[in-house]
Parts: sequence; structure tokens; C-alpha cells
Amino acid sequence: MAFGGAEVLKGVDIDLFPGEVHGIIGENGAGKSTLGKLIAGVYRPTGGKLTIQGDTCTLGSPRQALDLGIALIHQEPLTFPDLDVAENIFVGRQPKDRFGQIDWSSMYVHAAELLNSIGVKLNPRSKVRGLGVADQQMIELAAALSQKARVLILDETTASLTPKEVAELFAIVRRLRDEGCAVVFVSHRLDEIFEICDRITILRDGEKVGERIPKDSSVPEIVRMMVGREVDEVLRHGGVCSEPVVLQVKDLCLTGVFSNINLSVRKGEIVGMAGLVGAGRTEVARAIFGITPPTSGEILIQNSACDINNPRQAMQAGLALVPEDRQHHGLLLPSSIAENASLAILRSLTKGGLVSGKQIESNAEEYKSKLQIALRSVGQPVKDLSGGNQQKVVLSKWLLTQPKVLILDEPTRGVDVGAKAEVHRLMRELAETGLGILMISSDLQEVLSVSDRILVMREGRVVREFQAQEATQENVMLAATGQEAHAV
Amino acid sequence: MRKLLGRTELVPAGLLVLAFIAGAMQSKYFLDVRYLLDSSTLYVETGLLAIGMTFVIISGNIDLSVASMTALVACVSAKLMASGWSMPAGCAAGLGLGLVLGGFNGIMVAKVKLPSFVVTLATMAVYRGIAQVLLGAESVKLPTSFIGLDMQHLPGHIPVPLVVLLTVALILAIVLHRSLFGRWVIALGTNEEASYYAGLPTSTVKISVFCLSGLLAAVAALMMNSRLGVARFDDARGLELDAITAVVLGGASIFGGKGTMLGTVLALFLVAVIRIGMGVANVKAEYQLAVIGTLLVIAILAGNLSSKMTAKR
Amino acid sequence: MQSDAIKKLIALREVGTGLLLIGVVLAALAKNPHFLDPKNLNSILLWIPLLVVVGMGQMLVILTRGIDVSVGSTMGVAGIVVGMLFRDHPGLNIFLGAGIGIAIGCLLGAINGGLIAWAKVPPIIATLGTLSAYRGLAFIVCKGEQIDSNNIPESLTDWTLKGPISISGITFSWLMVWASVVAIIVAYFLKSSRTGRDIYALGSHPEAARLRGIPVPKVTFLVYSVCGALAGLAGVLYASRYGFVNPGTAGQGFELTVIAAVVIGGTNVLGGSGTVLGVLLGCVLLGTINVALAVLGIDAAWQMLVYGLVILIALTVDSYLQRFLRKMDVRN
Repeated sequence: MAFGGAEVLKGVDIDLFPGEVHGIIGENGAGKSTLGKLIAGVYRPTGGKLTIQGDTCTLGSPRQALDLGIALIHQEPLTFPDLDVAENIFVGRQPKDRFGQIDWSSMYVHAAELLNSIGVKLNPRSKVRGLGVADQQMIELAAALSQKARVLILDETTASLTPKEVAELFAIVRRLRDEGCAVVFVSHRLDEIFEICDRITILRDGEKVGERIPKDSSVPEIVRMMVGREVDEVLRHGGVCSEPVVLQVKDLCLTGVFSNINLSVRKGEIVGMAGLVGAGRTEVARAIFGITPPTSGEILIQNSACDINNPRQAMQAGLALVPEDRQHHGLLLPSSIAENASLAILRSLTKGGLVSGKQIESNAEEYKSKLQIALRSVGQPVKDLSGGNQQKVVLSKWLLTQPKVLILDEPTRGVDVGAKAEVHRLMRELAETGLGILMISSDLQEVLSVSDRILVMREGRVVREFQAQEATQENVMLAATGQEAHAV
Repeated sequence: MRKLLGRTELVPAGLLVLAFIAGAMQSKYFLDVRYLLDSSTLYVETGLLAIGMTFVIISGNIDLSVASMTALVACVSAKLMASGWSMPAGCAAGLGLGLVLGGFNGIMVAKVKLPSFVVTLATMAVYRGIAQVLLGAESVKLPTSFIGLDMQHLPGHIPVPLVVLLTVALILAIVLHRSLFGRWVIALGTNEEASYYAGLPTSTVKISVFCLSGLLAAVAALMMNSRLGVARFDDARGLELDAITAVVLGGASIFGGKGTMLGTVLALFLVAVIRIGMGVANVKAEYQLAVIGTLLVIAILAGNLSSKMTAKR
Repeated sequence: MQSDAIKKLIALREVGTGLLLIGVVLAALAKNPHFLDPKNLNSILLWIPLLVVVGMGQMLVILTRGIDVSVGSTMGVAGIVVGMLFRDHPGLNIFLGAGIGIAIGCLLGAINGGLIAWAKVPPIIATLGTLSAYRGLAFIVCKGEQIDSNNIPESLTDWTLKGPISISGITFSWLMVWASVVAIIVAYFLKSSRTGRDIYALGSHPEAARLRGIPVPKVTFLVYSVCGALAGLAGVLYASRYGFVNPGTAGQGFELTVIAAVVIGGTNVLGGSGTVLGVLLGCVLLGTINVALAVLGIDAAWQMLVYGLVILIALTVDSYLQRFLRKMDVRN
């Protein structure tokens, strides 16, 4: 199968062979997921072609891809909460009896067999509402199996699974491969890629930089290809910070999500928060910032307890949050840069009920030069900016509120490599001006390179704390996956 | 220049001119300024509803209950005045009632978190239902001193209701485009989640928007009472359609976040001219309704199409 | 395990509607012991069929997170056109007439469907526009003239007056038979056809539906077309029930009653859940309330208020129920 895309992806060709697991690896924003979605018909390519067993096809919809035997398992499970497990597996393709009506009993039997074959204990008749992410992903996998997919694309499927669940998933993937299925495994986790893949395509900034066979390659080589340079052993700050504590969180709990979170951030300190997706890090940030208020626990800012039930109170208390999902939670995409930058402080720009348009512009101009945002004019809509520059607009919005503590959730997701380094430099500069920073990141390299101190979360708890000097890729990852005990 | 050409108000403005030309070709009344000015008083109430609706639609919601609020306030205030309440007290009670009715819509949307179209569809029935229960088929006469605001003129034969409408429009245009509240409304309609994350009091803004809509519906009710001299439960029936049509024709996005007061006012005059034109041509009420309904659908279609075109560029 | 709890809650929701129905009946009986007399029962039984026919279509629409407020006007157009056909061609077969009514409704519904599915007009706006446009159309078609009772064939009005079953003065009319047929077909369609299941999937999670290969625009278009077709049929049944068709009043405001019946019957306005049985229960409840109001001597003026309140109450209860379910989502 040959495939070439454009724009977000530039002239990428990949070949998939039956009975092979093909890894696609790259940094955030390299275009891995886009490639997966193009193959599965979710997006339409602007150029290039797709050939299946010698036939050229154009895909206009996910339906067509499914009919050709191409199935995609999304990072966020896409299930129907109001339907039961069996229907979620067979939706759109429910078995019919000889009268052409849906044969429910045979559907339940098939579903039970399928679930059994992948070792999932789920009642085919129970509603999907209320099931966990792993179960939902298994349902999607069962759905892909049920249509005898020739090409199965797993898009960061392991991101929110526990190690045990990952192992189970890999067993199924291997079985599929042995049955002659071509599996595409999209991930940014090197260890997994090396464990499961027979061939690896490396993407960088939307371009294919190479193809490797794992056993003939090495982790450093692949990393070099992903990043495009030797990874320097990064400038660590470290050094025990003795400034006063600005943010202290005591015994924070949110029933069913996380429990007994204790953490502190000192003035001028960058605290990194590592962990797997689903460990509860984003939820902790959202609780501290009042979006989903915690069920119990205390939040102290500069040693005074704060009652925070919504973002407004959080803001007034001196907190700021740069959310993970920039497009949905961070920005008003069609609005101008200036309007976005001043959104949180509009109240203070108001005199006699009217907002000063001049101040809005001058604020934006000030931060444009401070953060070096590349733009034509501050009146330009934010949606025209690149990911990195959009992130800087979000940062300006929060810096204008003059916070004492800045919480960053995945600050460089969807930001290109150059801008990433710049965001890191900015964070360091901000810390030096006395801001306390709490940074959540799934990018281990990032956590290690910018943090003064590192907290590791697993399954809703803070399980480990490292000073920057003692942290390594290995021990942080082991703590995050809960395998520390075995390793020691 | 390009900025001027890109403005959405250009569409209703152009259509307004066209409608005028068409009307003038049809009837000499269209060139009679006094006739037009006098006719305008009929559309002032719709205009007030449309101004409130502009805020509601820009905030990403819709208020189908405006005409029912007008009817209920008209009935209640008329009944109070007929039972001996003084004019100021009756008016104040009416305005207060409008706020409460709008506030109820707002709370159901912001706090119970229901979609605004179902909430206001239900209250559209409830509010008019209450009016019907209160008055039944009878009509309540208003005190003569209260009647006839529409016959008052400023120098130059400018009717007072028109002045009221334009003043309200001007003030609320400043509120929408220059004030803190206005910016919050636009932000809310553009992206509610991001607004909440940025510390905006999103629930309060939502409730306020519906309160404003209720308040303006109450003002419209009082002016309608003064114009008609009697109040009935089926007053203002169907005016929500004209109001929504005016707002959408004026370039506001039905999905929220976009729209201007100038656009609404221009489109309002367009709707009025079309209605006056149809009135002059003796077009039956039901046909007029059909024309407005079709206009609404076409306005949205055109809006969707143009945003698709600009997105492609 | 939590799945059982959900089932229980949803069952509780239907029990709630049932209890409300019993409450209404008991209240009416307390005030007037003759409430369940054959005469009143008959008028309840005559009230229900139109509601069921239009309610089935409306339910399909609401399942997809949509709404159709133009159904009353669609009824008007179909009723008028078919009435005119009967007037001008007295010998016309009534089943052919009904077929034409369905076809007209289907066409009008298809216009709604096209606007919503492909032109991406929000359902409430599209159907609010066509609510007025179709009402005007009804006037244009008949030039404002009412179809009088002497123009409606007797065989058509017999659908209302006569029926296959009649026990001790209570008639199970042909209207009831047609409504039951519609309900059974819709229930079968929702349970046993892929398209029927697609409707639930679409309302449950539209984005997932698209990505799992469900033809979302086609299903949306179909749903509004069916809703229109059933409203068209209801227009013909209206002519049978009332014996005349007035372009202004036929079906006017009926959308409100129907929406009230559908949401009180447990169909979620946020899409994805709802059952034919629940909607039937809602229709029976609304029909009973209606007759109860009359029997209790409560002015007809209360009708609109009651429908509106029914919708508000159903929505509020459902909203809190949903919130509770979502909380359970988080816990697990």
C-alpha cells in the first residue's frame, strides 16, 4: 500500500505488509495521528494516493475505509453510551436473519465469543455508559476484529492504559499480526514501539525522515531522527529551592478520580508532574483551578487557605491555568489576538462600564514583544496562528493577570520543535521573575529538562517525588507505571 | 475600503434599498415619509424584541418565548392598571415581571443546563398559557391616560416610539460592542468553555442575557398596550419569528459569537418595509407569515454559505 | 453492576410517568366519579391516535438530538390538499387519499431534512421557518377556503366513528387501529433494522457515529422525512376526526402537545434514548389530561399552560437524572 499526503503531511509514503506491525513514531505534532486518520478516511488527503493490493482507491469517508477493511482505534474511545456492548461492537453491521431483521440473539452470541477471544470480561448486554476507558477501547478493538480488518490502525491506544492492559493489548496485536493483518501502531513511546513493531516509520514536522527495522536500529538513532538533532543532556536547574512556598495543596481528593494529593510549589520553582495519561494529573490541575472543585482538601496560596469553586475565584487567588486542550479551553479561535490576550482581565480594563479598546491593544502589543509572538497585527484572528504562537497568546492572557502560580497542562502539545524550546526558555525566565510553575507533561524529555523537582502520579495518587538531579527517564517511567518495586 | 465591503451589515442594507425601490414601484405610499414614519410605530415592539434577541443569539442561545413574555406582561400590567394601580406602579410591575420571566428562562438554561430552544419552547407555551388563564377570551381596557404614545410626535413628525426604539438600540449597541458585559456575551457565544476557563462568570452572563430579553419584551408590552388601548392574551402572537428573522438577516451567527446591533436594526427596517409593502399590497397575514418564515431559512442558508466560502479562503 | 442501576433508574422514569397518569385519573375521579364513563373514555381514545401518529415521528427526530416544530403546519397542508381532492373528486378511494397525504407530508419533511442534514441549518430554526412557511402554503393551496364537512367522504369520518372492536359502549376506532399500526411499525423499525439502530447511535454520540461509518446526513434526512410523512398521515386523520379542515386551525399548535407527549414519555431531548412504549404512555397521559381538564370543568384556556408545564417538568427531571448518570460515569 502506498500513500502520499500533503500540507500537514508532506509527501509521506508508507508501505504496509500483511502480518507485520508497522510503527509510526514522531514527536507531538509530527503528523502521526493525521497519517492514521488519512488512511482510515477520517480526513481527505489533498494529494497522493492509496493502493490496496494493487487497486488504487480514494477514500471519502470512514465508511469506505471500513468497507475496504481498514479500521482505526482512536486515542479517545468512540463508543455510544446509550447502546449496549454488543451493539457498540456491531453498530452499522448488526447480523441479520433471513428476513433481513437484526438477529439480536446471534449478535449477543458473536459478541460474547469476540470478547472471550480477546480475554475481556464484559457482559454484551450491559450499557456502555459508565465503563472505563480500557473497556471501551477493547470494545472498539472487538469491533475492528468483527469486521476482519485487513489494516488495523491503533492511534496512541496505549496512552491511557495501565501496563497490564498494555500487555493484554499487545498479545491481541500479535495474534492479529500472525493471522495476516497489517497493524499500524501510532505512538510516541519508544519502548512500546521497540517491543511490538517489525518496522518503524519516523515522522518529523509532517515529513518522513526514514524507515527502520528495530533490531537493526537503536533508541538513540530513532530519537535523533525524531528530533532532528542529537539530544543534548539537557540543562538541568535543580538545586534545592529555598524560596517561600506559594502554592500548597493538602490532602486534595475528588471521589473516584484522585485522592490525598499533597504538593507544594515554591516561588521561582518549576515543578514537573509526570505520569501516564489517565493518572489523574489533568484532573488535579482542574480541581486546583476550580473547574471541577475537589470533594475535600485544602489549597493554600502564600500560606492562606483559599476557597476555590470556580476559575474566577482561582484567578483572584493568584492562580493561572494554561489548559491542555488549547482550541477548546484556551482560546476564542475566531476572535483577535488582542481580544484573547485580555479576556481574563477585561474587568480591570473597564472604566464606567466601558472597556478601553486602546488598552486591549497596548496590552497585546506589550506581550507580543515580550513573548516574541510572530503575527501581522494584534487584530488578526488567533486561528490563523501556528500552534506555538497560539500557546504564547494563551500565556499572555494569563501573565496579564499577574499570577503567583502558573499551572501548565501539556504546554508544548501540538507545538513544533523550535517553538517548544522557546516555550521552555520562557518558562525558565518566568520562574526567575518569581513565578511558581506547576507543569504537567507526558513528554518525559520535557519534564526532565525543565523541572527543578518532579512529582510522579499514578492511578490518582502522587507516588514519588524526585529532585531534578536524581531523576532519569528510567526511574520516572518506572514510578509512573508502578514497576518500581520489581526494578529495585 | 475592503474593511467596509467585508461588513455583514452590507447585506441587509443593500436588501433594504432594493425593498424600498420595489415598494416605491408598487405604491406611491412608499415615497410618503409621513406614511412610512407612522407605519414604523407598528414595528417598534418587534424591534425591541429583536434587540434583546441579538444579545441572546450572540451568546449562543435562542429565546422563543419573547412574544409570550410580551403578551403576559401586557395582560398583567393592563389588569393591574384597570384595577386601580397608578400608571408608574403598573409599568414598574410590568418591567419587574419581564425580568422575572426572562430570569426563569436564564436559570433553566444556565443552572439546570437545558438547551435554550426547548426551555423557551416550553415557556413560550407556559407564559402565554398563564396570560390565557388570567384573561380568557376577554380583553382588558387600559386607562385612557395611558393610551396613545404612538400618536405622539417630535418635531419633524417623528413618532415617539421610533425615538424610544432608536435610543434603546443606540444604548445597547454601546453595551454590546464597547462594554464589559457585551464583550463577555460575545466571548460566551464564541467559546463557552474557554470563557469559563478564563474566569468569566458564564452563568451570570447567560442569566443576564435572558433577563435583558425579558425586560425588553416588557418594554414592548407597555408600548403595545399604549398603542392598542386593550390587552389580550393573544397579543404579539408570532412576533418571535420576526425578531429572530431580523437578527439572523442582520448577520448574527445562529451559532453564537458574531453579530452587530447595526445589522439587527437595518434588518429590522428591512422586515418592516417588507411587511408594510405586503400590507399595502393587501397580502393576507398568513402569506406574510410564510414570506417571513422563508426569509428566515434563506437568511441562515446564506449565512452558512458565506461562512463556508470565507473558511475556504 | 452499575448497568443494572441505570436500567432501574430508566425504568423508574417510566414508572413516574405511569404514576402521574394514575394521579391524573384519580384526581379527575375524585372531582367527577363519572370520569371513566364510556363517553369520556371514548373521547380519550379519540384524542390519542393523532398524538401517537405525530409523536412517533417526533420521537425519531428527538432521538437524533433534533426537533421538528413544523409538524402542525405539515398536518394542515396535507389535510387541506387531501380535503380538496375529496371535494373535487368525490369518488376518490380514501386509502389513495391517505397515501397522497403521506406523500405530501414526506415531501415537506424532506425539505426540513435537507435543510438540516446538508445545509446544516439548526433544526429549531429550520422548522420554525417552515412552521410559518407551510402554514402559509396551506392558505395558498386552498385560497383560504375551508374544506367543509359535506366535502369529507363518509367513509373517512367512519374511521373515527366506527371500529373493529366495540365493548360496552367503548369503541376502539379505526383511527386507533392505524395509530397502533404506526406505533408497531416504528417500534419494529427501531428495534430490528440497522437504520433504526443508527438513529440511536447518532443521537448518542454524533461524532462517533460518523467515524464508525454511519451515514449521518442520510439518517438525519430520513428521520425528518418520516416525521413529515407521519404528520401528513395525521392531517388525513384530522379530517376524519373533525370532519372539516380549516387552513388556519388544522394542526395549529399541535407541535406543542406532541413534543410534550414525547418528552414526558422519557425521550431525552439530548438524544440517544427513548422508547416507543414510553412515548405511547406519554400520549395516553396527555390525552387523559386533556379530557380530564374538560371533565373537571377547567377552562380550555389552561391547555397551553399545562402542555408547557409538562415539558418543563419532564426536562428538569431528566436533566437531573442525566447528571446523576454522568456522575456514575466518573465514579467508574
